[in-house]
Amino acid sequence: MPKVSALDMPDVPKGKLPEHLEVQRTRVVCNADAPIHTEPFHYSGAFALMGVDNSVTLESFCKNLKIEVIELTEDTMEFDMIGIDASLANAFRRILIAEVPTMAIENVLMVNNTSVIPDEVLAHRLGLIPLNADPKLFEYLSEHDTPNERNTIVFKLAVSCKKGSPRLTVKSDQLKWLPGGSELEMESPTPSAKPRTYTSFSRSQDSMPEFANKPLGVKHQDIIIDKLGPGQAIELEAHAVKGIGKVHAKWSPVATAWYRMLPEVILLKEIKGVDAEKLVKKCPVNVFDIEDVGKGEKKAVVANPRACTLCRECIRGVNEPQVELRRAKDHFIFKIESAGAIPPEVLFTDAVKILEEKCDRVICELS
Amino acid sequence: MDPQPEPTSYICGDCGAENTLKPGDVIQCRECGYRILYKKRTRRVVQYEAR
Repeated sequence: MPKVSALDMPDVPKGKLPEHLEVQRTRVVCNADAPIHTEPFHYSGAFALMGVDNSVTLESFCKNLKIEVIELTEDTMEFDMIGIDASLANAFRRILIAEVPTMAIENVLMVNNTSVIPDEVLAHRLGLIPLNADPKLFEYLSEHDTPNERNTIVFKLAVSCKKGSPRLTVKSDQLKWLPGGSELEMESPTPSAKPRTYTSFSRSQDSMPEFANKPLGVKHQDIIIDKLGPGQAIELEAHAVKGIGKVHAKWSPVATAWYRMLPEVILLKEIKGVDAEKLVKKCPVNVFDIEDVGKGEKKAVVANPRACTLCRECIRGVNEPQVELRRAKDHFIFKIESAGAIPPEVLFTDAVKILEEKCDRVICELS
Repeated sequence: MDPQPEPTSYICGDCGAENTLKPGDVIQCRECGYRILYKKRTRRVVQYEAR
């Protein structure tokens, strides 16, 4: 037999990787102890010797990128992002959690609080309440700015429990929007001067066209803020401003956003009879199913690989491997749970725009 | 010194009734006779960061 170079195998057509290398390039293989081939091949010439081009051009990326929406409800979305590198998918996830702006209560002006919750804890609780306000209609309030109608939303909370009445639960719907700004007067050193409030609104927010028919408020009406015993009272003003989750988690627009790589379950050989039933029983999320092949014979098939959670129960404690678990490196099942005012599909497009702005800034710096 | 000492209100430590006391008054609740009285919280605004 003539000697053939390992790089010039006649059964492997040029321009295509042999199967085992293709698996290493595109899949993470999950063994019982640890996953292998987790590193992506970024170098364009990684397979140049085999005549395979590993480069990514803008055109090929645009051609191969696919987004498929699987589920979309009022505040959750699941979609598949196919043909994208993990670094980009992770960038979107991190931007969603930490850099898409929202509105949240930042300053609490406490006039009276005789409830059992201390002032600072109550203020913290108020900060975490999701507000139903579009952050795109507001500007950031910087350190030396005065709060005005373009950057601040003012809410008032004034509740008291009368003596002799039962305990009172204070819920988020008792926060009342003050479109005219703060009603509390600042203490001034000169008593003759005209009293100033804590905000300087030049006009009422409810006269602005963007809020005229959509009053600002809280997203959920039934969040418990505090409980008041007889004779206790709360009187305060809460000022909400625009911010991002990087500064404080209360501004994070998502309950969470996460992704997982598409699972791939492969039967290495035909599994029949009792073994098939055993395999089906092993999987807690019912990835496998039994198919009749006639004559009372049964065989195991992979019915629902997407449900695989990678618990590895099916490959645990088996001497001879029956099943191989893999994950596609460029296929991400992305899930976004919105926490507040912005629907999840808008959140994702916002995240893409933010990444675009960042890239623009880098290009600007370099050129 | 203040020209007219204002009567201030206090909360009874036992029954919770409001009492107004002037300087020189006996420190005792008018409703139940309890001798521990608490000062009420002022209405001065305190600003907190909601973090």
